[in-house]
Amino acid sequence: MNIDVRVDTKGMACPMPIVKGKKALDGMQQGQILELLSTDKGALNDFQAWVKKSPNEWISHEESNGVHRFLIRKG
Amino acid sequence: MNNENVKTADNADMNHQAVPMSAQEIARAVIDRKSLFILDVRNADAYADWKIEGTQINSINVPYFELLEGVESVLPLLPDNSPVLVVCAKEGSSKFVAEQLVDAGRDDVHYLEGGMKAWSEHLEPVKVGDLKDGGELYQFVRLGKGCLSYMVLSDGEAAVVDTLRMTEVFEKFAKEKGARIKHTLDTHLHADHISGGRKLAEESGADYWLPPKDADEVVFSYNPLEDGQTLTVGNTEIAIQPVYSPGHTIGSTSLVVDDQYLLSGDILFVASIGRPDLAGKAGDWAGDLRSTLYETYRSLSEELTVLPAHFGQLSELGEDGRVSAKLGDLYANNPGLNMEEETTFRQAVTTNLPSQPNAYQEIRRTNMGLIQPDDEEQREMEIGPNRCAIHDK
Repeated sequence: MNIDVRVDTKGMACPMPIVKGKKALDGMQQGQILELLSTDKGALNDFQAWVKKSPNEWISHEESNGVHRFLIRKG
Repeated sequence: MNNENVKTADNADMNHQAVPMSAQEIARAVIDRKSLFILDVRNADAYADWKIEGTQINSINVPYFELLEGVESVLPLLPDNSPVLVVCAKEGSSKFVAEQLVDAGRDDVHYLEGGMKAWSEHLEPVKVGDLKDGGELYQFVRLGKGCLSYMVLSDGEAAVVDTLRMTEVFEKFAKEKGARIKHTLDTHLHADHISGGRKLAEESGADYWLPPKDADEVVFSYNPLEDGQTLTVGNTEIAIQPVYSPGHTIGSTSLVVDDQYLLSGDILFVASIGRPDLAGKAGDWAGDLRSTLYETYRSLSEELTVLPAHFGQLSELGEDGRVSAKLGDLYANNPGLNMEEETTFRQAVTTNLPSQPNAYQEIRRTNMGLIQPDDEEQREMEIGPNRCAIHDK
């Protein structure tokens, strides 16, 4: 999968991962893919809930060594 | 009923910034029944699972990620003449939203210092009473989870019962009282929270006591807490007498302190009774629970003050936040002690039980020493209410 925009929020606490993610999505074209990295465990549920309520599409989430990687398609 | 506000800005300057509010201030507000309006900005699932409650506390849930564009939508939902406390999991998002509310012109805005994590871990010490030979008994109320610990103090020595994970609170309190912690005791192997008993004993050179029948699988050494022993605290020999009282777990052991107090663990609560199913043996343990409540406890003095290890509802909090009741009053009023038919009782304690406490199996394994989660993981495991009584929701 082609990543169009990468946002690294490792080490940042809520609400910054979502604030940064939203900012990036706002500047993207429809259909482009955002990769967001976060070490905030709480960000997972919040991110899912937020994407669900937005026109964007949730693609995947994976975790390795405490780093969460979210892929979202701009809607 | 006291309806005065928790905290109003002391001067005009304070109105123009979001002011932190500590978990302790909120605990006092809950206990003193002061009014407070909470804007909880966690996600909907987290809010539905667990939130700050009080008889004069109103709350609404609007996740912070719905307020990234601005807080105008939420302003009309906030009461005009009450302080507003913004709450999130760890603080960051609540401060973010609180500052936006201030920017939008809202006065008297606060955020919870340390978030729900701090609320979950806050312990409020409340004096239960004096002991006959000059000692004291304190209850530590964990409002965020409904857990209760106890400290028996006498003559420069202390015993801590059902110690919670935040051991530093007990160490500090004992130090302030000039007491050395001599014993830590668990009335049973807990399933809803991580015991701090063993850690506190290690840190303070105390003996750790646990009922042996709950300790089959534990991988550490402990002193067996058994019926018929007497533990003493202080030179005046405040007696702690264990009474074997199975039912919530097979080892559950109650403690009679100073012939005045019955520390009932998770067997008997003020408004309910313990559930027998958290180790997967409801059917086997229902009979034990029945005989403990309807025979063993019946043989004790009705004048004993019952001090449980949990409360399930805020209505169980008495004056100063204390949770206690006379054993005789509970025989008159507690629904769990008033089921004459054994079949009715068995059905009540084995069917339609509330969902289990969060991560209860991992918590039991942690308390056995089988797994060693880090602090962050322990915190996560303890999220949510204790749900140890059959009438909990």
